[in-house]
Amino acid sequence: MSASLQTRTAAPLLQVDHLTMRFGGLVAINDLSFEARAGDITALIGPNGAGKTTVFNCITGFYKPTEGMITLTHPDGSSYLLERLPDFRINWRAKVARTFQNIRLFQGMTVLENLLVAQHNPLMIASGMTFLGVLGTKGYRESSRKSIEKAEYWLEKTGLVERADDAAGDLPYGAQRRLEIARAMCTDPVLLCLDEPAAGLNPRESLELNTLLRSIRKDHGTAILLIEHDMSVVMEISDHVVVLDYGTKIADGTPEEVRNDPRVIAAYLGVEDEEVEEVEAEVEVVAEQVEAEHKA
Amino acid sequence: MTIAAQTSLPAARAAESQIPKAAREAGFAALVMLGLSFPILALRTEQNMSNELILTSRWSWALIACIAVFIARFVQILFRSALAKTLTVFGSLVLLGGLARAAGAAFDTFAASVFAIGVALVALGLVWERRAATTPPSTRTAAERFAWFAPAKPYVAPFALGLLAAYPLLALAAVGQGGSIKWIDNFGIQILIYIMLGWGLNIVVGLAGLLDLGYVAFYAVGAYAYALISTQVIPATFPGLGVWAFWICLPISGLLAALWGILLGFPVLRLRGDYLAIVTLAFGEIIRLVLINWVDFSNGYAGISSIPRPSFFGVPFNASDEGFAALFGLEFSPIYRTIFLYYVILCLALLTAFVTVRLRRLPVGRAWEALREDEIACRSLGINTTNTKLTAFALGAMFGGFAGCFFAARQGFISPESFTFLESAQVLAIVVLGGTGSLLGVVIASIALVGGFEILRELDFLKQVFGESFDPTQYRTLLFGLSMVLIMLWKPRGLVSTREPTAFLKESKAVSSSLVKEGHG
Ligand SMILES: Nc1ncnc2c1ncn2[C@@H]1O[C@H](COP(=O)(O)OP(=O)(O)OP(=O)(O)O)[C@@H](O)[C@H]1O
Ligand SMILES: [Mg+2]
Repeated sequence: MSASLQTRTAAPLLQVDHLTMRFGGLVAINDLSFEARAGDITALIGPNGAGKTTVFNCITGFYKPTEGMITLTHPDGSSYLLERLPDFRINWRAKVARTFQNIRLFQGMTVLENLLVAQHNPLMIASGMTFLGVLGTKGYRESSRKSIEKAEYWLEKTGLVERADDAAGDLPYGAQRRLEIARAMCTDPVLLCLDEPAAGLNPRESLELNTLLRSIRKDHGTAILLIEHDMSVVMEISDHVVVLDYGTKIADGTPEEVRNDPRVIAAYLGVEDEEVEEVEAEVEVVAEQVEAEHKA
Repeated sequence: MTIAAQTSLPAARAAESQIPKAAREAGFAALVMLGLSFPILALRTEQNMSNELILTSRWSWALIACIAVFIARFVQILFRSALAKTLTVFGSLVLLGGLARAAGAAFDTFAASVFAIGVALVALGLVWERRAATTPPSTRTAAERFAWFAPAKPYVAPFALGLLAAYPLLALAAVGQGGSIKWIDNFGIQILIYIMLGWGLNIVVGLAGLLDLGYVAFYAVGAYAYALISTQVIPATFPGLGVWAFWICLPISGLLAALWGILLGFPVLRLRGDYLAIVTLAFGEIIRLVLINWVDFSNGYAGISSIPRPSFFGVPFNASDEGFAALFGLEFSPIYRTIFLYYVILCLALLTAFVTVRLRRLPVGRAWEALREDEIACRSLGINTTNTKLTAFALGAMFGGFAGCFFAARQGFISPESFTFLESAQVLAIVVLGGTGSLLGVVIASIALVGGFEILRELDFLKQVFGESFDPTQYRTLLFGLSMVLIMLWKPRGLVSTREPTAFLKESKAVSSSLVKEGHG
């Protein structure tokens, strides 16, 4: 409890206030408010169709919310109203990067090229909006070299350096997921939004993902907003969990608080669906594991 | 030896069991052909001397068509090797041609030689198929199969450039002054104009993945910009600059076309896919219709004539004492201007290629390709997609404008007739056939399509096969369509179907184009 109090006093990096998103008559998000603090891993969970991806799309500018305010405050104090920025500025100015639930890589480009495209804006400036680049000035060559070094750093971090010159579409599924994270990190974000990064990963890959996310937070100070169905990932690494059901927030707190919240259990149990039961079982197993670890 | 025989046995048996099926399918296809050819080929109405319509029948044509379809379908099902299929079908067609000649005219030496060539091709096809059926399918990758070619690779581009540069002189040496004008102008310059247009459109369609069906509009803007400025503005303001008109107008035409590209692109590039295609198509037509109807401005259908021709950097190509020939102590001949024009368009085309190659490796070029791959991902990475599309559109338009300016200067006369949708379609066909994004592909496709059309004029010997009234140029469109269908069947991603990466860490590996997207607006 005291630990959570301490983190709560840290400055909120992302503040979502009374966010509502309607599609015609469908209310996908209903008056949602939550905070994500700098340096935290915040998980956004909920049953299928709860509106999690829609929240991401509002934060990253792909949807304009019907109502509400999304404020991002950088560590240096500058703040941005995300609902008013066009999508590409949200990445470039406000420094929010994201991945997609159904992977969106540049499949016909190589792994390295994917990471270079992510550094488009700084490289564009270095190339003097292309004019200096055509001349091949020293400054541009220097920053071009640096961009490759940066890409190499992230390739090493995600274990993809061997595949740097292969087409992104040729990578196995798990590697594509990691590449998408590496690509997002190449934009130097302060907030990284991951939409189900562990979907389709095997247990070993899932574990590697945990390590990667932890290191992103620790070594780069990047806060992470995470949508995930895999409870082993959520309970392991998140500092703070927000639970959505039918677009409404039903719980908000530390993993332990959320796990024991009767409304969360009801939301997952309430739907008669095998998948949900599986999730429920997983939650319990992981909870036991975590408890056992704590005792040890 | 025995192992080879054993492995070949099942394959041979499998092929045998295919024969009835292939025959059935082929028979069906021939029936369909019969149904189609009955109204089109077999029966024909003609006007006789007294203006009456009479029905003539050409059953032999229908029969030949049916046999050809039968063979093609039969071979297509039964054979496995693509080369064997091509050889056999082509050989059968030649053979049928020989037969037709023998039946129509006489079994002379010409018919006999055509017949013999056909038989030889069919035999070659059968032998090749036999070989393909008895050797196990190769497991080598494309890279391994072309490994022998690797050492020659760095020399290909310089060699091709050297050939291009030497082409007019080679033509001159081969067929002399009189004959070479045709080869330099109709083949060289014409193909190079299309290569340049193809490379320009390649930036928009191939790299940025924006389907532009109205590219000819920018070609028209460039051409009319030169025509109007050089015939009206310059004589009225600085008549002394007349000889320099082309060199002054060339950049102006390009910039005007780019400006039009931006003006059009700004509202239009928000549209995606089919919508973009339709709006650009409409834009192409609007420009043409304005040129037709705004007679005060563009002189309508009549077009603009006596457009000044380019000068040799201020020295005109004429028979006067200040002319090019006199200055260099040569005898006056129109060939010098043609050769000069050839080098001008060669330089313009190479400029286009140079800029494309250079930009592809810069952030803007990479952003174009990323845009073609996935626009949403681009936006999530902070790329301003509207601006990126606009740069591609404007740059493509600019090269179209340069080409248009050159076209007007070369023809000396332009009218809206030269800027129809068919022109856009042909340039687009060149880009798509070449393999979207590939510069080399555009060159090959231009030579094949544009050069192929010109070659049709030269194929006089076909008259001996099909009779004196046969004019191969009338079959242009038919052959155009047929070759498109065949190439799309054989190489759906275009002739050059790999993509070269723009940067690499250890080694540059070509990306198979099955992974590369076409873009969707
Ligand atoms: N563009 C849209 N137009 C209309 N309805 C939409 C749109 N996007 C999302 N929805 C609806 O909003 C609701 C929430 O969808 P969302 O994709 O955010 O769910 P989710 O929590 O991400 O689910 P999952 O776990 O399956 O990914 C769904 O009912 C969905 O059909
Ligand atoms: Mg989702």
